[in-house]
Amino acid sequence: MTNGWVDIKNTDMMLIMGGNPAENHPCGFKWAMEAKRNRNAKIISVDPRFTRTSSVADQFCQIRAGTDIAFLGGVINYAIQNNRIAHEYLVNYTNAAFVVDSDFKLPADTDGVFSGFNEAKTSYDRSSWNYASAGGAKAAAGTAAPAPLPPMPEKVDFDLTLQNPNCVFQLLKKHYSRYTPEIIERITGIPKQEFLKAADLFTSVRKDGDMKKAATIIYAVGWTHHSFGTQIIRTAAMLQLLLGNVGRAGGGVNALRGHSNIQGATDMAGLYDTIPGYLKVPTPADGSFDAWMKRTTPTASKPAPWESWNYYSNTSKFATSFMKTMYGDAATKENGWAFDYLPKVDRDYSWTNLWNDMYNGTVKGMLAFGMNGVAIGPDSNKNIDALKKADWLVVGEIYQDETSEFWKSPRVIAQGDMKQIQTTVYRLPCAGFAEKDGSFTNSARWLLWKNAAVPTPGDCRLDQAIVAEIFLKVRDLYKKEGGKFPDPILKLSWNYTVPMNPPLAEVLKELNGKALADLEDPVTKVQIKAGQQLPGFAWLKDDGTTACGNWIYSGCYTEAGNQTARRDPSDPSNMGVHAGWGWSWPANRRVLYNRASCDVDGKPWDPTRRQVWWNEDQQKWVGNDVPDFKADSKPKDHMGPFIMNAEGVGRIFAPLAAFADGPFPEFYEPIESPVENLLHAARSHNPVVTKFKDADDKFGTPQQGFNVVCTTFRLTEHYHYWTKNNPMNVQLVPEPFIEIGAEMANEMGIRGGEKVKVSSARGDYIAKAMVTKRIKPMLIDGKKTYQIGIPFHWGYRGIAEDEGKTSLKMVNALTHTATDPNAHTPEFKGFLVKVEKA
Amino acid sequence: MSQATLRVQKISGHAGSVPGDDAQREYAVCKLIDTTTCIGCKACEVACMEWNDLPFGQTVFDNTYQTMPETRWNYWNLILFNEHEKEDGSLMWLMRKNQCMHCADPGCLAACPSDGAIVQYTNGIVDFQQANCIGCGYCITGCPFDIPKMNPKTNRVFKCTLCADRVSEGLEPACIKSCPTGCLHFGSKEDMLDIAEKRAKQLREHFDFPSAGVYNPQGVGGTGVVYVLHDATKPELYGGLPSNPSIPWSVKLWKGPLKWLGNAAMLGGLIGLVVHYLRFGPKEREETIKEAHEGAEP
Repeated sequence: MTNGWVDIKNTDMMLIMGGNPAENHPCGFKWAMEAKRNRNAKIISVDPRFTRTSSVADQFCQIRAGTDIAFLGGVINYAIQNNRIAHEYLVNYTNAAFVVDSDFKLPADTDGVFSGFNEAKTSYDRSSWNYASAGGAKAAAGTAAPAPLPPMPEKVDFDLTLQNPNCVFQLLKKHYSRYTPEIIERITGIPKQEFLKAADLFTSVRKDGDMKKAATIIYAVGWTHHSFGTQIIRTAAMLQLLLGNVGRAGGGVNALRGHSNIQGATDMAGLYDTIPGYLKVPTPADGSFDAWMKRTTPTASKPAPWESWNYYSNTSKFATSFMKTMYGDAATKENGWAFDYLPKVDRDYSWTNLWNDMYNGTVKGMLAFGMNGVAIGPDSNKNIDALKKADWLVVGEIYQDETSEFWKSPRVIAQGDMKQIQTTVYRLPCAGFAEKDGSFTNSARWLLWKNAAVPTPGDCRLDQAIVAEIFLKVRDLYKKEGGKFPDPILKLSWNYTVPMNPPLAEVLKELNGKALADLEDPVTKVQIKAGQQLPGFAWLKDDGTTACGNWIYSGCYTEAGNQTARRDPSDPSNMGVHAGWGWSWPANRRVLYNRASCDVDGKPWDPTRRQVWWNEDQQKWVGNDVPDFKADSKPKDHMGPFIMNAEGVGRIFAPLAAFADGPFPEFYEPIESPVENLLHAARSHNPVVTKFKDADDKFGTPQQGFNVVCTTFRLTEHYHYWTKNNPMNVQLVPEPFIEIGAEMANEMGIRGGEKVKVSSARGDYIAKAMVTKRIKPMLIDGKKTYQIGIPFHWGYRGIAEDEGKTSLKMVNALTHTATDPNAHTPEFKGFLVKVEKA
Repeated sequence: MSQATLRVQKISGHAGSVPGDDAQREYAVCKLIDTTTCIGCKACEVACMEWNDLPFGQTVFDNTYQTMPETRWNYWNLILFNEHEKEDGSLMWLMRKNQCMHCADPGCLAACPSDGAIVQYTNGIVDFQQANCIGCGYCITGCPFDIPKMNPKTNRVFKCTLCADRVSEGLEPACIKSCPTGCLHFGSKEDMLDIAEKRAKQLREHFDFPSAGVYNPQGVGGTGVVYVLHDATKPELYGGLPSNPSIPWSVKLWKGPLKWLGNAAMLGGLIGLVVHYLRFGPKEREETIKEAHEGAEP
């Protein structure tokens, strides 16, 4: 979230799309209801199904799964056409005025792709996706193969009148002028009048140029689970920049995380292409620490009269401190801070690739903790086939689950090859959340410490104890037997008071970081002694005198103690800041980019919702929240509020390497869709999507009879694949079902409670029909199209499963493995199926 | 149920005055349910089960998100889910938390013949005392909201107590505590009605609900549970909430004006018994055995 849960109470308008917070985040949803009760805020719910969120919305639009970019692009078009935009914000805080390279071409002019598309490689040469240099000179691309991208120009050409036909604003206007209400109706299935009503309602916060109101966009995995998921979220961010809603109380682009600590997992580099704090991993081409830093540290690129803080210019400080945490004294300036010890990532090692590698026999074993792999990934059948080929599998869980019993899956039983499976499975009894201490990082970036409520039962052990013991055994082996390259293991820093079970408070202290030598702030003369905890990331150095495991977490565990354990509920400004409750990254700041909550002169857009402001007497930024800005940067210096971008401003146009599939989002159909892309039939799908080509990777078409749009979802009453083991949850919703619209059911002669079989090109799923008025047939390009939804909580292990009440299959046997090229997330939401009576 | 800090106001099947009813009346408590902010999350259902330590029961899929068709003797708090298509074709998914309404004039209490099986405290809570329950089930027919349910194994009737045990200790009912959206409120009846009326006014003026209003039916003297409804003119849409509930006439007559008739009939029966004995003498043993055999046949 750019903002946070509590901040939602400050909003005037909520667009909830690609998420169903009333059902999946009911506690956080209280703030949406607060906004309705206290501010008369409105909710627009856009969803393939009428959900419990829709039931409290002021307007509901039923959208065809996977057409979100068409809808959002249409709202951008509506806002521009009706002048519902934040002009001053747009000109000064975004790159709307920046002029783009004349070689850049929009999909409307290039047959549905952006300039630079290479058909053979199905990838883009992105060098034309750049700003024009103020002098007119072009930056030369390198000559080495593959050619590295040119840098962004230091001085960007710009036009504050926004009239230059090649400025970002004019390109944006041109690009989305094609997203008319008429075409949106044909693509999304939302009738024109309903779309116009929703677009009018959402953009009404900028009616008549008013800047006081704020609108928020709230989403979850209904947006990320697409072969263009990142670009949906981009479209939302652009819309919010256009309306001046980013950095504002009650505004922002707010991702709702589906687990208690998914945000923490991402912050701590749960993804393969980052190291903690979203620093980019080194690749084999980075021959040295300095080369790695040179590649990953941006240089400022802006209009000459403006300033850009370009905070990522500090990347080497964050990276050096990370290396000192990892390798301690073994990381020296001479050995490039032990750069050679750090793994280099040579290709895509995302989730689906790891399973694909196991399927193809190159990955021989798996440690599976805190997740039910065969159930949560796409194409469960392929994942089960992959596990069959593994030598070993270790599952750390609190229940026996579908992964730890993959050899009992109905597919294996049906194929009769259980005896042929040679995989050795080790089940390790782990601890539940109430049996562990540690911190959760919630959607709002708040780290909240918790204590263990009860001890672990029986032989159950904590995850960190299991991982630590494995590591220490491996280290002993390296000590005894040597090996090709033992140093990264032998020299890994492991200074915990209990090496076999590292206390998590010590790990958190390590993430916060400490001084390795006596430090002094040159301005304030504040001193920190060697060994003391650092107050925050501003103290980090790239000379080896600081250690910090995750720069964005620096400040969470200081000399004053564990800040994440604080529980002071007070909120003097009544803005939902609660600065003494837990600790939020970065720097305990609750709303990101909050400099943008003020006009160019540093005065809040809305004096009744003051977040930060320029204090002329003190000559610095002050406020109810921690200013997300250089504290002494005077408004007249015109430093951009988006300090993490090299441009200093928000990116309506995302240049160069930012995204794999385009600097503006373009609507592409899901990989399986009932129609060709109405914008450009020859280019229906995201041209740079990742697909596999193994026997299990099949894709269905309407011509093959797969003509019903299907999406998957979660219920309030269940939590993933765990609560099916809990009698209370099972009582609330006892068995799986398939949501089918009343008209479709009527046409097929299906009554509620009758079993139906849903099949995709990959597998099938049988459950009882829930016939409902909440899903209506849609007219897609004039053709009646049905859509269904399936909650995914069941499998072949659990209370109902053991009683034989379910089909014993998993919903993800239906979904496929085509992934977003940026985030590598599979397309769980929006694929094609057949529906028949079972 | 601890009655240490609660004062009884009415007593079922009890002749004479209520002990202590001359004492100063406590304020009536009330639960406010704002159906317009209910998201059907069922936290209240779970909290009710857990606080009252109710045993799990089996449920079956019934083409709805609703946990079960109606409340059970061991399931006192149930959100009713109803899909309603408006005239303009738009859909409403109405969710209403259903439980005992704690009527000011409780039909259950009026119908109950057993001394002390149902009591109403001065704070308005209507509470069943299972120790005094005779399992006749009259309370079930007396309730206009179809709330009390009998445990067939023990022949005792149960329902929501408004967490009288928590309230008597100054706590809010468990459902109120668990509600994440602030759809549930608890306090004095006066305060709850005030909040409810303000909310209904807000819905009429700032949202698209011109008929929003408060449900506090006077047919049962008002209720200790009041609703804010999107459309107060059609309470039936919310899972059959009666628009004008009242105690059934049969119960009213039988326990009111015609009560003397029952007493007279009972007296007549006794007289008949005595006369029968005097006229025919004691019953023959042989006949008794025969009758018992016949009685055993189904």
